[in-house]
Amino acid sequence: MHELSIVLSIIDEIDEQSEARDLHDIEVVHLKIGVFSGVDRDALLFAWELACEGTRLEDSRLDIETVPLVIHCAICHEDRPPPSLYQLCCPECNTPSETIVTGRELEVVSLEVAA
Amino acid sequence: MSTRIVEVRAKVLKQNDLLAHALRERFEASGVSVISLVSSPGSGKTAFLEKLLGTLAANFRVAALVGDLATENDAARLKRATPNVRQITTGTICHLDAQMIERALEGWQLDALDFLFIENVGNLVCPSSYDLGEELRFVLLSATEGEDKPLKYPTIFNSSDVAIITKMDMAGPAEFDLAAARRNIESVRPGMQIFEVSAKTGSGMQDVFQFLRDKLAHSHKTRLALQYETTQ
Repeated sequence: MHELSIVLSIIDEIDEQSEARDLHDIEVVHLKIGVFSGVDRDALLFAWELACEGTRLEDSRLDIETVPLVIHCAICHEDRPPPSLYQLCCPECNTPSETIVTGRELEVVSLEVAA
Repeated sequence: MSTRIVEVRAKVLKQNDLLAHALRERFEASGVSVISLVSSPGSGKTAFLEKLLGTLAANFRVAALVGDLATENDAARLKRATPNVRQITTGTICHLDAQMIERALEGWQLDALDFLFIENVGNLVCPSSYDLGEELRFVLLSATEGEDKPLKYPTIFNSSDVAIITKMDMAGPAEFDLAAARRNIESVRPGMQIFEVSAKTGSGMQDVFQFLRDKLAHSHKTRLALQYETTQ
Protein backbone atom coordinates (compact mmCIF):
# COMPACT_ATOMS: atom_id res chain seq x y z
CA MET A 1 0.00 0.00 0.00
CA HIS A 2 1.84 3.07 -1.27
CA GLU A 3 -1.23 5.32 -1.25
CA LEU A 4 -0.09 7.01 1.96
CA SER A 5 3.15 8.10 0.25
CA ILE A 6 1.05 9.32 -2.68
CA VAL A 7 -1.22 11.31 -0.33
CA LEU A 8 1.81 12.90 1.33
CA SER A 9 3.01 13.99 -2.12
CA ILE A 10 -0.44 15.48 -2.83
CA ILE A 11 -0.32 17.40 0.46
CA ASP A 12 3.16 18.71 -0.40
CA GLU A 13 1.86 19.92 -3.75
CA ILE A 14 -1.14 21.62 -2.11
CA ASP A 15 1.11 23.30 0.47
CA GLU A 16 3.33 24.61 -2.31
CA GLN A 17 0.36 25.90 -4.31
CA SER A 18 -1.40 27.46 -1.32
CA GLU A 19 1.72 29.30 -0.32
CA ALA A 20 2.46 30.52 -3.82
CA ARG A 21 -1.09 31.70 -4.43
CA ASP A 22 -2.04 32.61 -0.89
CA LEU A 23 -4.94 30.17 -0.68
CA HIS A 24 -6.86 29.44 2.51
CA ASP A 25 -9.81 27.22 3.42
CA ILE A 26 -9.38 24.52 0.83
CA GLU A 27 -12.68 22.69 0.61
CA VAL A 28 -12.22 20.23 -2.21
CA VAL A 29 -9.13 18.79 -3.87
CA HIS A 30 -9.83 17.52 -7.39
CA LEU A 31 -7.66 14.66 -8.49
CA LYS A 32 -7.34 12.72 -11.72
CA ILE A 33 -6.30 9.11 -11.44
CA GLY A 34 -5.80 6.80 -14.38
CA VAL A 35 -6.88 3.19 -13.93
CA PHE A 36 -3.37 2.24 -15.06
CA SER A 37 -1.52 4.48 -12.58
CA GLY A 38 -1.08 1.72 -10.02
CA VAL A 39 -2.98 3.71 -7.40
CA ASP A 40 -6.11 2.40 -5.70
CA ARG A 41 -8.97 4.85 -5.27
CA ASP A 42 -10.35 3.50 -1.98
CA ALA A 43 -6.92 3.13 -0.41
CA LEU A 44 -6.20 6.72 -1.43
CA LEU A 45 -9.41 8.03 0.19
CA PHE A 46 -8.60 6.09 3.34
CA ALA A 47 -5.04 7.44 3.44
CA TRP A 48 -6.33 10.97 2.83
CA GLU A 49 -8.52 10.86 5.95
CA LEU A 50 -5.62 9.54 7.94
CA ALA A 51 -3.03 12.03 6.73
CA CYS A 52 -5.24 15.11 7.01
CA GLU A 53 -6.44 14.45 10.53
CA GLY A 54 -5.48 17.36 12.77
CA THR A 55 -4.19 19.47 9.87
CA ARG A 56 -5.74 22.45 8.09
CA LEU A 57 -6.95 20.02 5.41
CA GLU A 58 -8.98 18.03 7.95
CA ASP A 59 -12.33 19.27 6.65
CA SER A 60 -11.40 19.11 3.01
CA ARG A 61 -12.70 16.48 0.64
CA LEU A 62 -10.87 14.53 -2.01
CA ASP A 63 -12.75 14.31 -5.30
CA ILE A 64 -11.34 11.68 -7.62
CA GLU A 65 -12.00 11.51 -11.32
CA THR A 66 -11.08 8.10 -12.66
CA VAL A 67 -9.54 8.22 -16.13
CA PRO A 68 -10.15 5.13 -18.28
CA LEU A 69 -7.47 3.29 -20.21
CA VAL A 70 -7.41 4.35 -23.86
CA ILE A 71 -4.99 3.01 -26.44
CA HIS A 72 -4.20 4.16 -29.96
CA CYS A 73 -4.86 1.72 -32.77
CA ALA A 74 -2.36 2.20 -35.57
CA ILE A 75 -4.55 0.28 -38.00
CA CYS A 76 -7.87 2.06 -37.37
CA HIS A 77 -6.14 5.39 -36.59
CA GLU A 78 -8.46 5.70 -33.60
CA ASP A 79 -8.08 6.08 -29.83
CA ARG A 80 -10.17 3.43 -28.11
CA PRO A 81 -10.56 1.71 -24.72
CA PRO A 82 -9.14 -1.83 -24.88
CA PRO A 83 -11.42 -4.78 -23.99
CA SER A 84 -9.84 -4.95 -20.50
CA LEU A 85 -6.81 -3.76 -18.52
CA TYR A 86 -5.04 -6.96 -19.49
CA GLN A 87 -5.85 -7.03 -23.18
CA LEU A 88 -4.07 -4.11 -24.76
CA CYS A 89 -5.55 -4.42 -28.21
CA CYS A 90 -8.06 -2.60 -30.36
CA PRO A 91 -11.65 -3.63 -29.48
CA GLU A 92 -12.60 -3.37 -33.17
CA CYS A 93 -9.79 -5.02 -35.10
CA ASN A 94 -7.92 -6.84 -32.27
CA THR A 95 -4.55 -5.34 -33.23
CA PRO A 96 -2.25 -5.19 -30.18
CA SER A 97 -1.19 -1.68 -29.19
CA GLU A 98 1.59 -0.47 -26.94
CA THR A 99 0.54 3.17 -27.27
CA ILE A 100 -1.31 4.31 -24.18
CA VAL A 101 -3.22 7.56 -24.69
CA THR A 102 -4.81 7.91 -21.24
CA GLY A 103 -4.92 5.83 -18.08
CA ARG A 104 -1.59 6.64 -16.41
CA GLU A 105 -2.63 10.03 -14.96
CA LEU A 106 -1.88 10.95 -11.38
CA GLU A 107 -2.58 14.67 -11.11
CA VAL A 108 -3.94 17.35 -8.85
CA VAL A 109 -6.30 19.11 -11.25
CA SER A 110 -7.70 21.95 -9.16
CA LEU A 111 -8.58 23.17 -5.69
CA GLU A 112 -11.91 24.55 -4.52
CA VAL A 113 -11.36 27.30 -2.01
CA ALA A 114 -13.72 29.51 -0.03
CA ALA A 115 -14.15 32.73 -1.97
CA MET B 1 -20.49 30.48 1.30
CA SER B 2 -19.34 30.55 -2.30
CA THR B 3 -16.25 28.84 -3.56
CA ARG B 4 -13.83 29.43 -6.36
CA ILE B 5 -11.85 26.94 -8.33
CA VAL B 6 -8.10 27.28 -8.64
CA GLU B 7 -6.50 25.37 -11.50
CA VAL B 8 -3.42 23.42 -10.45
CA ARG B 9 -2.66 20.73 -13.03
CA ALA B 10 0.31 19.26 -11.23
CA LYS B 11 1.62 15.73 -11.34
CA VAL B 12 1.38 14.14 -7.93
CA LEU B 13 4.79 12.49 -8.12
CA LYS B 14 6.40 15.59 -9.56
CA GLN B 15 9.29 15.57 -7.05
CA ASN B 16 10.03 11.91 -7.72
CA ASP B 17 9.79 12.38 -11.48
CA LEU B 18 12.10 15.40 -11.46
CA LEU B 19 14.64 13.53 -9.40
CA ALA B 20 14.34 10.45 -11.62
CA HIS B 21 14.87 12.64 -14.68
CA ALA B 22 18.01 14.15 -13.13
CA LEU B 23 19.28 10.66 -12.25
CA ARG B 24 18.66 9.44 -15.80
CA GLU B 25 20.70 12.34 -17.16
CA ARG B 26 23.48 11.59 -14.71
CA PHE B 27 23.50 7.89 -15.68
CA GLU B 28 23.60 8.75 -19.38
CA ALA B 29 26.39 11.27 -18.93
CA SER B 30 28.39 8.71 -16.92
CA GLY B 31 27.88 6.02 -19.52
CA VAL B 32 26.37 3.53 -17.05
CA SER B 33 23.44 1.35 -18.11
CA VAL B 34 20.92 1.15 -15.29
CA ILE B 35 18.47 -1.74 -15.12
CA SER B 36 15.88 -2.23 -12.42
CA LEU B 37 14.30 -5.55 -11.47
CA VAL B 38 10.72 -5.84 -10.22
CA SER B 39 8.75 -8.95 -9.25
CA SER B 40 6.75 -10.52 -6.48
CA PRO B 41 8.68 -11.75 -3.41
CA GLY B 42 10.40 -15.07 -3.95
CA SER B 43 10.35 -15.05 -7.74
CA GLY B 44 14.12 -15.30 -7.91
CA LYS B 45 15.33 -11.72 -8.37
CA THR B 46 18.40 -12.17 -6.20
CA ALA B 47 19.39 -15.53 -7.69
CA PHE B 48 19.00 -14.06 -11.20
CA LEU B 49 21.03 -10.99 -10.24
CA GLU B 50 23.71 -13.12 -8.57
CA LYS B 51 24.15 -14.99 -11.83
CA LEU B 52 24.15 -11.80 -13.92
CA LEU B 53 26.69 -10.02 -11.73
CA GLY B 54 28.90 -13.09 -11.45
CA THR B 55 29.20 -13.47 -15.20
CA LEU B 56 29.21 -9.82 -16.26
CA ALA B 57 31.88 -8.96 -13.66
CA ALA B 58 34.44 -10.85 -15.76
CA ASN B 59 34.20 -8.30 -18.58
CA PHE B 60 32.37 -5.30 -17.18
CA ARG B 61 32.33 -3.03 -14.16
CA VAL B 62 29.11 -3.84 -12.35
CA ALA B 63 27.27 -2.67 -9.25
CA ALA B 64 23.95 -3.27 -7.55
CA LEU B 65 21.51 -1.59 -5.20
CA VAL B 66 19.18 -3.97 -3.40
CA GLY B 67 15.91 -2.90 -1.81
CA ASP B 68 14.20 -4.79 1.01
CA LEU B 69 12.08 -3.80 3.99
CA ALA B 70 14.67 -5.29 6.34
CA THR B 71 17.93 -7.30 6.54
CA GLU B 72 21.15 -7.04 4.57
CA ASN B 73 20.91 -10.66 3.44
CA ASP B 74 20.61 -9.99 -0.27
CA ALA B 75 23.53 -7.56 -0.34
CA ALA B 76 25.69 -10.12 1.49
CA ARG B 77 24.77 -12.72 -1.15
CA LEU B 78 25.52 -10.42 -4.06
CA LYS B 79 28.83 -9.24 -2.61
CA ARG B 80 30.28 -12.61 -3.53
CA ALA B 81 30.00 -11.47 -7.14
CA THR B 82 31.10 -7.84 -6.76
CA PRO B 83 32.08 -5.59 -3.87
CA ASN B 84 29.96 -2.77 -5.34
CA VAL B 85 26.70 -3.68 -3.63
CA ARG B 86 24.61 -1.56 -1.34
CA GLN B 87 21.47 -2.56 0.49
CA ILE B 88 18.62 -0.08 0.80
CA THR B 89 16.42 -0.99 3.74
CA THR B 90 13.10 0.77 3.38
CA GLY B 91 11.64 0.00 6.81
CA THR B 92 7.93 -0.16 6.15
CA ILE B 93 7.93 1.24 2.63
CA CYS B 94 6.79 -1.12 -0.09
CA HIS B 95 8.80 0.31 -2.99
CA LEU B 96 11.97 2.20 -3.89
CA ASP B 97 11.75 5.83 -4.97
CA ALA B 98 14.17 8.12 -6.80
CA GLN B 99 15.32 9.79 -3.60
CA MET B 100 16.36 6.47 -2.05
CA ILE B 101 18.40 5.73 -5.18
CA GLU B 102 20.07 9.14 -5.13
CA ARG B 103 21.03 8.71 -1.47
CA ALA B 104 22.30 5.18 -1.94
CA LEU B 105 24.59 6.33 -4.76
CA GLU B 106 26.42 8.87 -2.60
CA GLY B 107 30.14 8.53 -2.97
CA TRP B 108 30.00 6.13 -5.91
CA GLN B 109 31.92 6.92 -9.09
CA LEU B 110 29.22 6.32 -11.68
CA ASP B 111 31.56 6.81 -14.60
CA ALA B 112 33.63 3.90 -13.31
CA LEU B 113 30.67 1.57 -13.93
CA ASP B 114 29.21 -0.13 -17.01
CA PHE B 115 26.10 -1.67 -15.42
CA LEU B 116 24.14 -0.75 -12.33
CA PHE B 117 21.30 -3.05 -11.30
CA ILE B 118 18.57 -1.95 -8.94
CA GLU B 119 16.63 -4.74 -7.26
CA ASN B 120 13.30 -3.28 -6.13
CA VAL B 121 11.33 -4.46 -3.12
CA GLY B 122 9.39 -7.66 -3.97
CA ASN B 123 5.98 -6.22 -4.87
CA LEU B 124 3.96 -6.22 -8.08
CA VAL B 125 1.85 -3.16 -7.26
CA CYS B 126 3.58 -0.14 -5.74
CA PRO B 127 6.91 -0.06 -7.65
CA SER B 128 5.03 0.59 -10.90
CA SER B 129 4.25 4.18 -9.81
CA TYR B 130 7.86 5.24 -9.21
CA ASP B 131 10.36 6.14 -11.90
CA LEU B 132 13.88 5.43 -10.62
CA GLY B 133 15.71 6.93 -13.58
CA GLU B 134 16.49 3.47 -14.91
CA GLU B 135 17.10 2.83 -18.59
CA LEU B 136 15.25 -0.50 -18.59
CA ARG B 137 12.87 -2.20 -16.20
CA PHE B 138 12.93 -5.99 -16.09
CA VAL B 139 9.86 -7.73 -14.66
CA LEU B 140 10.43 -11.27 -13.40
CA LEU B 141 7.79 -13.98 -13.39
CA SER B 142 8.70 -17.36 -11.95
CA ALA B 143 7.42 -20.63 -13.39
CA THR B 144 6.10 -21.55 -9.94
CA GLU B 145 3.83 -18.48 -9.69
CA GLY B 146 1.36 -19.45 -12.37
CA GLU B 147 0.92 -18.14 -15.87
CA ASP B 148 -1.87 -15.66 -15.09
CA LYS B 149 0.23 -13.24 -12.99
CA PRO B 150 0.56 -10.76 -15.90
CA LEU B 151 -3.24 -10.60 -16.19
CA LYS B 152 -3.65 -10.03 -12.46
CA TYR B 153 -0.98 -7.31 -12.29
CA PRO B 154 -1.14 -5.66 -15.72
CA THR B 155 0.19 -2.28 -14.54
CA ILE B 156 3.64 -3.49 -13.49
CA PHE B 157 3.99 -5.72 -16.54
CA ASN B 158 2.96 -2.89 -18.81
CA SER B 159 5.36 -0.42 -17.20
CA SER B 160 8.31 -2.81 -17.69
CA ASP B 161 10.44 -3.17 -20.81
CA VAL B 162 11.57 -6.79 -20.65
CA ALA B 163 10.01 -9.90 -19.08
CA ILE B 164 12.18 -12.64 -17.58
CA ILE B 165 10.50 -15.97 -16.87
CA THR B 166 12.58 -17.48 -14.05
CA LYS B 167 12.86 -20.92 -12.41
CA MET B 168 12.35 -22.65 -15.75
CA ASP B 169 13.89 -25.77 -14.18
CA MET B 170 10.69 -25.94 -12.08
CA ALA B 171 8.33 -25.51 -15.06
CA GLY B 172 7.71 -29.26 -15.44
CA PRO B 173 6.97 -30.10 -11.78
CA ALA B 174 4.85 -26.94 -11.41
CA GLU B 175 2.92 -27.78 -14.61
CA PHE B 176 3.66 -24.29 -15.84
CA ASP B 177 2.02 -23.48 -19.17
CA LEU B 178 4.78 -21.53 -20.89
CA ALA B 179 2.80 -20.76 -24.04
CA ALA B 180 -0.05 -19.30 -21.96
CA ALA B 181 2.40 -17.23 -19.89
CA ARG B 182 3.96 -15.79 -23.06
CA ARG B 183 0.50 -15.05 -24.47
CA ASN B 184 -0.53 -13.27 -21.26
CA ILE B 185 2.62 -11.14 -21.20
CA GLU B 186 2.08 -10.24 -24.84
CA SER B 187 -1.52 -9.34 -24.02
CA VAL B 188 -0.64 -6.78 -21.31
CA ARG B 189 2.46 -5.45 -23.05
CA PRO B 190 2.38 -6.06 -26.80
CA GLY B 191 5.81 -6.53 -28.33
CA MET B 192 7.58 -7.11 -25.02
CA GLN B 193 10.85 -9.00 -25.20
CA ILE B 194 10.68 -12.22 -23.16
CA PHE B 195 13.52 -14.40 -21.85
CA GLU B 196 13.17 -17.84 -20.24
CA VAL B 197 15.87 -18.62 -17.72
CA SER B 198 16.92 -20.79 -14.83
CA ALA B 199 19.48 -19.11 -12.60
CA LYS B 200 20.03 -22.51 -10.99
CA THR B 201 21.01 -24.45 -14.11
CA GLY B 202 22.11 -21.40 -16.08
CA SER B 203 19.77 -22.20 -18.97
CA GLY B 204 18.74 -19.16 -21.01
CA MET B 205 21.11 -16.85 -19.15
CA GLN B 206 23.37 -16.59 -22.19
CA ASP B 207 20.58 -14.84 -24.10
CA VAL B 208 20.21 -12.27 -21.34
CA PHE B 209 23.97 -11.63 -21.26
CA GLN B 210 23.95 -11.16 -25.01
CA PHE B 211 21.00 -8.81 -24.81
CA LEU B 212 22.75 -6.69 -22.16
CA ARG B 213 26.00 -6.60 -24.10
CA ASP B 214 24.18 -5.54 -27.26
CA LYS B 215 22.26 -2.97 -25.27
CA LEU B 216 25.42 -1.50 -23.86
CA ALA B 217 27.19 -1.55 -27.20
CA HIS B 218 24.19 0.24 -28.67
CA SER B 219 23.86 2.82 -25.88
CA HIS B 220 27.48 3.80 -25.64
CA LYS B 221 28.86 2.84 -28.98
CA THR B 222 32.35 4.24 -28.95
CA ARG B 223 33.91 3.28 -25.64
CA LEU B 224 32.10 0.09 -24.72
CA ALA B 225 31.51 -1.47 -28.10
CA LEU B 226 35.26 -1.37 -28.50
CA GLN B 227 35.79 -2.82 -25.05
CA TYR B 228 33.33 -5.61 -25.79
CA GLU B 229 35.04 -6.47 -29.05
CA THR B 230 38.45 -6.63 -27.42
CA THR B 231 37.28 -8.93 -24.62
CA GLN B 232 35.72 -11.50 -26.97
